[in-house]
Amino acid sequence: MTAAATLEPGAASQARRSPDRWQFWGRMLVVPYLLIFLVFVLYPVGYGLWLARHPASYVKLVEDPIFFRSVLNTLVFLIVAINIKMVIAMVLSGFFIQTRWWIKVLSLIFILPWALPSIPTILSVRFMLNPEWGVINSLIFQLTGNDGPNWLNHPPLALAFSMLMHVWKSLPFWTLILIAGRLAIPSEQYEAASVDGATSWQKFRFITWPSMRSLYITSLILSMIWTLGDFNSVYLLTGGGPADLTHVLATLGIRYLRLDQVDLAMASIVVALPLVLPLVYFMMKRLSK
Amino acid sequence: MKAKTWKAVTTEAKLLLIGIPVFLWTIIPVYHLFLFAISSKDSATSGRLWPKEPTLQNFATVFHQRHFYLDHFWLQLWNSLLIAVAVGALTLFVATSAAFAISRLKVRGGRTVMNLALFTYFIPAAFLAVPMYKTMGNYGLLNNQWALILAMVTIASPYCIWVLKQASDKLPYELDEAARMDGASPLQLFRLVYLPLMVPSLVAVGTYSLLLAWNEYLYAFLLLSNDRSVTLAVALGNFLAADDSPWELLMATGLIYALPPAAIYYAFKRYMVGGLTAGAVKS
Repeated sequence: MTAAATLEPGAASQARRSPDRWQFWGRMLVVPYLLIFLVFVLYPVGYGLWLARHPASYVKLVEDPIFFRSVLNTLVFLIVAINIKMVIAMVLSGFFIQTRWWIKVLSLIFILPWALPSIPTILSVRFMLNPEWGVINSLIFQLTGNDGPNWLNHPPLALAFSMLMHVWKSLPFWTLILIAGRLAIPSEQYEAASVDGATSWQKFRFITWPSMRSLYITSLILSMIWTLGDFNSVYLLTGGGPADLTHVLATLGIRYLRLDQVDLAMASIVVALPLVLPLVYFMMKRLSK
Repeated sequence: MKAKTWKAVTTEAKLLLIGIPVFLWTIIPVYHLFLFAISSKDSATSGRLWPKEPTLQNFATVFHQRHFYLDHFWLQLWNSLLIAVAVGALTLFVATSAAFAISRLKVRGGRTVMNLALFTYFIPAAFLAVPMYKTMGNYGLLNNQWALILAMVTIASPYCIWVLKQASDKLPYELDEAARMDGASPLQLFRLVYLPLMVPSLVAVGTYSLLLAWNEYLYAFLLLSNDRSVTLAVALGNFLAADDSPWELLMATGLIYALPPAAIYYAFKRYMVGGLTAGAVKS
């Protein structure tokens, strides 16, 4: 590449009639991305691993009770929230391919959470849940005369709301993906099944699911990878609180960073790699086919 | 006949049974945001479905920057716009060149470049943020808007390259050969044949990267800290600093901040949904 990049103007004109010129331009055109990759991916990743090289960082990390709690929260987030989200997306993809005028209108509204930036809507939910002034507790007070619970001050509830927030935000995207998958199934298959008297469950079991299984699993894995990096749903709703008990790995690293404990921040990420790398490997194999 | 109408009615009822909860679930947080933005401070928390006296006062306060949280509203809005446009343009440049080189010029090692890009795409964004922050410090770019622009280009371009490569692989190769026969140079092929054919995908990835940058919170608040250089996203997050924040102003600002990306999304929905869902997950 360096040889091609330092070609003299004379040499370039000499190359004009040779096929090498196409390779030369090919190389020139991948250089911008390669530079970005070297300077802003390879170097940071290498530097980060170097910062996390001391075994002492890992000892300190394991001794931090917040770390274990975060790992647990992350696993709950990945297993519970994502599976619920994907099952709902699967059901809704079947709903949205029905031809009704009102379903068409609803599908436009339905993608709002995905189209809107996450900060305003997450903060809106955060304020709905405010124990004193939030609309939910105001309604509870008006209806029952009792004060509602302090929703975000209760760790399992707060984490559950973070997961709901995540589902709210990303459900439209995955539903759209699965709708695309459903629309790719030839309608003759369903017509033939109807003639044979198949129930809708049988149609799903023997036509829809076999054609969508691969897409569904790919979506599930990709969603897991992205969710590992979902900082906003937790940080903006609960801030990791109460008492740092709702952190996930995505917010924990940033917390250490803000406490100026970069080695711990990087160590917490390195510890997550055994979880991330198999998923990444799976996706790379799927997509680079 | 009667059984048939009965069946049709139950089908509609079942659909409504899904449709109504989906509508409420989707709209409540958005409507709450809107309701707050048009309510005065005291009436906002009353729990009414429509305020007794809807007001645009909050927007006036925001536009006139009459609150210390909003001292730099216009500047921050401008920062968001500038950074989003810069990220969109740079990502388009980087991703289109790379996709053209890999897919059409069949550059040697193109597959490796594609895999590097895919690998980057699969690093969870919050994980890369930590080393990215330290790296930007080493480069002396912290608090410089270029740090955010370059970080967002780094995050946006892998996916764009991938989507563009998928789309360019579908163009007939005979086009390139015909152009070569006529003596076109690689750049002429790029400009006169490739770019015009790729317009829908270019719109999709350009919009994608623009919105990604406009919506970004984590990288923006890590890499920028000066009140005059942060984006509106960071300014919104700053409202969380105090318990007695003026929430009605936050909601009004949030609504202003949310409208442009939503408008762009809906305007380009045709391209976004087609270009991006097809590219996001290859079945």
